Amino acid sequence: MDKRTVYMDHSATTPVREEVAEAMFPFYRELFGNPSSVHAQGRTVRRALEEAREKAAQALGAEPGEIYFTAGGTESNNIALRGAAKERGKPGHIITSSIEHHAVLDVCSELAAEGHRVTFLPVDQYGRVNIDQLQEAITPDTFVISIMAANNEIGTLQPLEKIGDVARDHKILFHTDAVQMVGQLPINLKQLNVDFLSLSAHKFNGPKGIGALYMRKGTKITPLYCGGGQERKLRPGTENVPGIMGLSRALELAVAEIGDKKKRLEALRNKMTTGLLAIKETILNGHPEERLPNNVNVSFKHIEGEAVLLSLDLEGIAASSGSACSSGSLDPSHVLSAIGLDHPTAHGSIRFSLGRGNSDEDVDYLLEVVPRVVDKLRRISPTYHP
Amino acid sequence: MYNEKVVEHFSNPRNVGELPDADAIGENGSFKCGDTMKIYLKIKNDRIEDVRFQTYGCGAAIASSSVLTEMVKGKTLDEAMQITNQQVADELGGLPPLKLHCSNLAADALHNAIKNFRNGKGNVESA
Repeated sequence: MDKRTVYMDHSATTPVREEVAEAMFPFYRELFGNPSSVHAQGRTVRRALEEAREKAAQALGAEPGEIYFTAGGTESNNIALRGAAKERGKPGHIITSSIEHHAVLDVCSELAAEGHRVTFLPVDQYGRVNIDQLQEAITPDTFVISIMAANNEIGTLQPLEKIGDVARDHKILFHTDAVQMVGQLPINLKQLNVDFLSLSAHKFNGPKGIGALYMRKGTKITPLYCGGGQERKLRPGTENVPGIMGLSRALELAVAEIGDKKKRLEALRNKMTTGLLAIKETILNGHPEERLPNNVNVSFKHIEGEAVLLSLDLEGIAASSGSACSSGSLDPSHVLSAIGLDHPTAHGSIRFSLGRGNSDEDVDYLLEVVPRVVDKLRRISPTYHP
Repeated sequence: MYNEKVVEHFSNPRNVGELPDADAIGENGSFKCGDTMKIYLKIKNDRIEDVRFQTYGCGAAIASSSVLTEMVKGKTLDEAMQITNQQVADELGGLPPLKLHCSNLAADALHNAIKNFRNGKGNVESA
């Protein structure tokens, strides 16, 4: 096949879809008012903002008053966890998993340095937490459990309902970083015992720099910032109106299309996975079934991830890797280490994440290019003996 | 991120492979940090007659290994011992700062090979 541009890094970020950009433009142009202003320009924008909030809430099965707009997933995580800790006021115990995104891990580590105790639950070889281990970890001081809905690297889904039940039984707050799941798999907050949920627009074809925190009605946390009353004081500062309009429209569309998208991407994902696993000495990372529809994460033995990425990039294919050299640290990804991969296997991992724009032809092209690339790099490797 | 010369050496690496009758073998790196290189030397009259390399590593590691083999062919062992990590990076036209440590692999492996040769441990592998 001729060289094509194939973007397969949707878990890193996604393009803004046309309808979303259209929804945002008026708020950069004539609808520029500050939603807190008394005058007509302000009131018009305030109305639009609250409508956007209603739509976002509806898409998640929540009430509008439970949706708080933030600057993204990282900020939502910080507000929820630090806010809960601040509200508690005294040291306590936090339970999280060893495979959380740094936007949760780092917050927990900092809270630990400030006097809280943190349990980082181990995961099995697929990256799933164990409910029994979660139960055993609970103490009278446990005040929050934070477990991500789906892992960004290996795509594994966590048993949110079961975790929520455990949290509810013990009256512990349950936060889930759902940044990778929102827009990919249905979420109905009426049916989940979740107290906080983080999401980020640029993962579901919305703009960067805007996200949301769902906080169940009746939950109280201490805001991290002060200086205004916006977002019920949880996130003061003049609202990023265009961002909010974009997030809401993107979420509305993503949820409306979720069934078809899941089917389509799962088919592409499975075709890709089968094709890649046909390459010798290649393994799949993460659970084979309980995983995001768009995620394929494999390790190619005997070769290193960044070299694969570079080779793919030269052929027009964009992906990412858990190798140290592709992240600038000396350690491979903590997620791959947590699921028990040895160093060479972790360094040889590649994540392909599909999205709206990917086609069957993209997968065909990838399956033509990857075996060639892997073979070429293996011929350079000291450990590969064909 | 990488300049044209690095990409060229990465895409078309020179002197890849083994030398079954190598006079010296040197290794460097570790799987822990994600790069490892093996260099094979054929030495005649104190000169490097032929060289091959095998590398498990990133783009910078492979390119550095490749350019190093070009730099050492025909050099005396003393001259080869003088080659520094910085010279390898310079020969490539520079590397991003984060990637400089990947380029250290090559010169160090070369020096290990020569040390092995001089210690009479020619083709015994050691780091």
